[in-house]
Amino acid sequence: MSKLEEQLQKNILILDGAMGTMLQEYKFSEEDFRGDRFKDWPVSVQGNNDLLSLTQPEAIATIHRKYFEVGADIVETNTFSATTIAMADYKMEELVDELNYESARIAKEVAVTLTKENPEKPRFVAGAIGPTNKTASMSPDVNDPGFRAISFEELRVAYKQQAKALIEGGVDILLVETVFDTLNAKAALFAIDELKEELQLDIPIMVSGTITDASGRTLSGQTAEAFLISVSHIPLLSVGFNCALGAKQLTPHLEVLNRFASSGVSAYPNAGLPNAFGEYDQDAEEMAAQIREYLEKGLVNILGGCCGTTPEHIKAIAEIAKEYDPRKIVKPEFSTAL
Amino acid sequence: MIETMNKEKGQEKSTEVEKIVRPLKLSGLEPLIITPESNFVNVGERTNVAGSKKFLRLIKEENFEEALEVARDQVDGGAQIIDINMDDGLIEGKEAMVKFLNLIVAEPDIARVPIMIDSSKWEIIEAGLQVVQGKCVVNSISLKEGEEEFIDHAKKIKRYGAAVIVMAFDEVGQADNYDRRIEIAERSYNILVNKVKLPPEDIIFDLNIFPVGTGMDEHKRNAIDFIEGTRWVKENLAHCSISGGVSNVSFSFRGNNPVREAMHSVFLYHAIKAGMNIGIVNPALLEVYDNIPKDLLEHVEDVILDRREDATERLLEFAETVVGSKKESKVDLSWRENALQDRITHALVKGIDAYILEDIEQARQEAEKPIEVIEGHLMIGMNVVGDLFGSGKMFLPQVVKSARVMKKAVAYLLPYIEEAKEAPQPPKGERYWQTAEPALYGIMKEFAKKNRYNQPTEAETVLWESLKNKQLEGFKFRRQHIIGSYIADFVCLKKKLVIEVDGLIHQLPENKKSDKERTAWLKEHEFRVIRFTNEEVLGNLDQVQDKILRTLKKAPPSGAGGAGKVLMATVKGDVHDIGKNIVSVVLGCNNYEIIDLGVMVPPEKIIETAKAEGVDAIGLSGLITPSLDEMVFLAKEMERQNFNVPLLIGGATTSKAHTAVKIDPQYKNAVAHVNDASRAVTVIGDLLKENTRQKYMSDLKAEYDKFRLNFKKRSKVKSFLPIDEARKNKYSIDWNNTQITKPNKPGIQQIDDFDLKELEAFIDWSPFFRSWDLHGRYPDILEDKVVGEQATSLFEDAKVLLKRILDEKLLKAKAVYGLFPANTVNDDDIEVAYEEDSEGKTILFRTLRQQLKKHGGKPNFALSDFIAPKESGIQDYIGCFCVTTGFGTAELAKKFEEDFDDYNSIMIKALADRLAEAFAEYLHKKIRREDWGYAPEENLSNEELIKETYKGIRPAPGYPACPDHLEKLSIWEILKVKERIGVELTESLAMWPAASVSGYYFANPEARYFGLGKIKDDQVKDFAERKGIPLKKAEKWLNPNIAD
Repeated sequence: MSKLEEQLQKNILILDGAMGTMLQEYKFSEEDFRGDRFKDWPVSVQGNNDLLSLTQPEAIATIHRKYFEVGADIVETNTFSATTIAMADYKMEELVDELNYESARIAKEVAVTLTKENPEKPRFVAGAIGPTNKTASMSPDVNDPGFRAISFEELRVAYKQQAKALIEGGVDILLVETVFDTLNAKAALFAIDELKEELQLDIPIMVSGTITDASGRTLSGQTAEAFLISVSHIPLLSVGFNCALGAKQLTPHLEVLNRFASSGVSAYPNAGLPNAFGEYDQDAEEMAAQIREYLEKGLVNILGGCCGTTPEHIKAIAEIAKEYDPRKIVKPEFSTAL
Repeated sequence: MIETMNKEKGQEKSTEVEKIVRPLKLSGLEPLIITPESNFVNVGERTNVAGSKKFLRLIKEENFEEALEVARDQVDGGAQIIDINMDDGLIEGKEAMVKFLNLIVAEPDIARVPIMIDSSKWEIIEAGLQVVQGKCVVNSISLKEGEEEFIDHAKKIKRYGAAVIVMAFDEVGQADNYDRRIEIAERSYNILVNKVKLPPEDIIFDLNIFPVGTGMDEHKRNAIDFIEGTRWVKENLAHCSISGGVSNVSFSFRGNNPVREAMHSVFLYHAIKAGMNIGIVNPALLEVYDNIPKDLLEHVEDVILDRREDATERLLEFAETVVGSKKESKVDLSWRENALQDRITHALVKGIDAYILEDIEQARQEAEKPIEVIEGHLMIGMNVVGDLFGSGKMFLPQVVKSARVMKKAVAYLLPYIEEAKEAPQPPKGERYWQTAEPALYGIMKEFAKKNRYNQPTEAETVLWESLKNKQLEGFKFRRQHIIGSYIADFVCLKKKLVIEVDGLIHQLPENKKSDKERTAWLKEHEFRVIRFTNEEVLGNLDQVQDKILRTLKKAPPSGAGGAGKVLMATVKGDVHDIGKNIVSVVLGCNNYEIIDLGVMVPPEKIIETAKAEGVDAIGLSGLITPSLDEMVFLAKEMERQNFNVPLLIGGATTSKAHTAVKIDPQYKNAVAHVNDASRAVTVIGDLLKENTRQKYMSDLKAEYDKFRLNFKKRSKVKSFLPIDEARKNKYSIDWNNTQITKPNKPGIQQIDDFDLKELEAFIDWSPFFRSWDLHGRYPDILEDKVVGEQATSLFEDAKVLLKRILDEKLLKAKAVYGLFPANTVNDDDIEVAYEEDSEGKTILFRTLRQQLKKHGGKPNFALSDFIAPKESGIQDYIGCFCVTTGFGTAELAKKFEEDFDDYNSIMIKALADRLAEAFAEYLHKKIRREDWGYAPEENLSNEELIKETYKGIRPAPGYPACPDHLEKLSIWEILKVKERIGVELTESLAMWPAASVSGYYFANPEARYFGLGKIKDDQVKDFAERKGIPLKKAEKWLNPNIAD
């Protein structure tokens, strides 16, 4: 059993909060985003948060450190959009290897430092693998439902490149997250599984889907249980949900995962639902209070925050999580006695 | 029933010691969890091109929208998984699979259930897995090609996250007994669970359900071995599922539904108890177990469970009584008691000709004029036929039978009609032209005179100048002629045609009647009226004359032929006419006059006849690919010669795509691709009727326009390899380790008068039904809910005629074939050594190579890849052949036609085609086992032959692997086909007689069928150079395969 799995058996592990929300506070300008290196880049790069790992590495490291300091066990690399597919918007496909490698390296450096300071609380880095901006099982054109903007194969190649660079940069976990189209996630899992075989490496994988509306389905139409079944062919450290909804709205779907998942269950909701201005205004106490319900019911193994959450939120969550035992993970016996 | 079975099974299960439950979990948009307590899971299989002819047709027509409805119906009907299969030689399986799945996942009410991706081709399965987000079932993999491929595919399936059906099939063959079933299942299971690490619950075994009650000893235990095998697997191989296609078990009792239903129920009852939990079952073919009569149940269980030595014989005997009780009312003559019209209608609808002449005679005696029997009694009956056919309640063979009755009746009446025509006519030169009412004659004559001599308009004068004195091809016209109480501008009395200039029949002021009354009166007296404006006459006299001529030549509107005149022809170089004849008959039934020019009709003759006869539409048919060009040519000719009649395109090789892309743009007027006879009537109707023609034509043009656009878009995405690169990516066989057998009987052999009886068992009946527009796979089609009854009746008629053919030796079967040393040279050519007059000669077979860029290391095939290359130093062999069963067909068909029996005339051709295919199958088997002898042990059933499970292939020039018809010439040269057995090649290289098959033999176990697909100009050029023919010629022959 790895150190990570050991920790997962003992405690509820705490994931960090939002990177984007924290970066907003820096109010980086176009020039800040470009830095020296990209000052002549042909297109605007403001808003390309992943690029900041190259142009503002200090800010990224600081945010990681802040989350670790309030009690996070795992931080996510700043690589949500670091695939050739998502980077095409900024014409930065060529930088994908470097973006992932650097982001992983920065986060890992902070984690290693803090683990050294307190070996009792080992810190981990999860390589964030976002959904890209294209969907493999839905058509962007309502008049042509058979059309697809991206293929499984294109996604597989892009994800494989990202995952490989993240691993080389030193991540401990790969986190396929904010899954709104399960087929995209399956392409990522396919790529990672190939990579594991090629590199002879057993890196833990987390998958986190997104339930986008009150109907309780993913954007691509699956129920929580169907989503779970669709990603269960690959051994997972955890499966869960993040984003889109607040902690409260996520509860029924976590209950489904709790009942049926043979891996750990994770949840990192938004700080409530966005207000009229698109801002998240649920404060730390309120969010923690809602998350207490998960804990009472024993639904989760990993907890954290998504959009709108800050180190304060994570601090509050980490503190109440200490009071509870993690959800029991029952793995089915795999081999058969023949 | 299934539910009660499950309950019992549940009880039994509870006594078993089962510690952990690992359910099979699948997902669409919603989960499907299959636990030991779950009810039997039924898989919907109507979205399988091999299982549903309708679905196949829809996919071929790219009518994906309607195909989606098939899937939706399945899910609405309770299917918990839908099986999707696109394996058909004429479908781009991978493309169709991806496209259909993409559309399905956009339909939440379909996509909610898991999908079973069904194909024998791994690339199709993989393409399917890449577009579905849920956890699918792959159908299927097996050890057939060895462990390595099995493991490779299973690993990928695991990575894609799917469950998998594993067939009980290994390197040796399909498991057909208990020991083999459990041996293969256990081996497969161990590999999957231990080596691939596939979760055992994701394994579904298909242990092969084979028929029982076949009369063969080795089949006796087929059902019980499956059931026992299932029990063993469930007890010994933890967590897996068992599936299978149930209807196979009762295969030998097809035609007897009560017995089949009982067999399915009994089989399921025991199989489910043993642990079978998933399957494909047609709910319509399932009796409730408890409702099976006790005696039947006992007999059926004896067979299923193999409880008695004589079980099959006893069930067969008993089955007769079961059928008997259901078919008692076979000869029901009560309809003979009905009124005359009802009897005639009944005879037409049911196609019974036994009493038609006596009924017609009675009708004739009762009628005033014999023509009234046609216009009245018979047309009333045929209208019923037309309505039933139009609404899909009657099927083609029935309509053709109706036509037979109709033709016999008309033939009987014709002499009387001729007689009646002549009788009342006054002697020549007398008052023949006096058509006016005597009382009015005087007054009208005055008025007429005035008009005639004093006030003709300019236009009238001009027209009269061109009509008078029989100038127009000898037709006699009169002007200002009095008809009844009207005066016509011009009239041809013989043809009862009135011509009006400026749209008026001049009426006497004192005798004004409404337009309506006038028209009705003229119609009643069988006059037709055409009108021209002054401007038309003055500005375009040629066209006016043309139209008058055409109308004159058209049959009068009453009786047969009134709906219009249609020219039908199979184009130059092509000899296939079954479909064309069916369309002709159906149109004939619907009151069209058919001018059938037969087969191999040169374009000049079509144009000339169309002009001379003034036809209203032209229908072209063709089966071989060169015919497509002929049709394009004809469309161009029609445009050049200012035709304006619709052009209809049909025949097996034609398609909407070809019509839209290649033919339609050539002709400004309507072009319609009519893919089945049932549509021909409505399409021609809409194209000829005044009130619909314009809209129908512009809709059609717009539709083809859109199709062309989409087609262009689609063909853009394909990429091709230059021919030399394609050659580098050829399929390579390990020549040092492959099986090469020297033929036992090298050289050329000839069979002159083969006993047709031996071929009966080799007949593949499914295409026979297709030629009659009945879609479904034999023998299932006999029980099809929609067409089953009709198919059964057609099948019975076919058997009767077939028996006559066999007993009376009405057709002659001949064959010539040869096996020769051969080696591949220069990648794509096969050098064949043969002897002619004891002199050694060589010839080169030219093959074509796939150029479409392949993914995933797939090779670019050419047939030459299956023959050892010369540089390997290994002597390889090839064969070629031609068989025919066509001699005698034309004569028989003609005899039937003379007897007004189109039904049997079409039937004989369809049967001859089947026999030729059967002969080819027979001969191939003989070659494999004896003459070449590379598979002496092979023993396959007819079904397996049809499925082509044997080793080696027999591709035919003109078909997907070698679409080049020119290669037939090489076969003819080596085998001296024409000299030896008399089969000739037409100018389009179709074989004559039509019921012939020719092709090559490849024996290598790795030889396989493939579709050449599109090729590029570089290969065409290279091909022309290799063959030493002009590039233009090569382009002409390869045209359908050349990429745009």
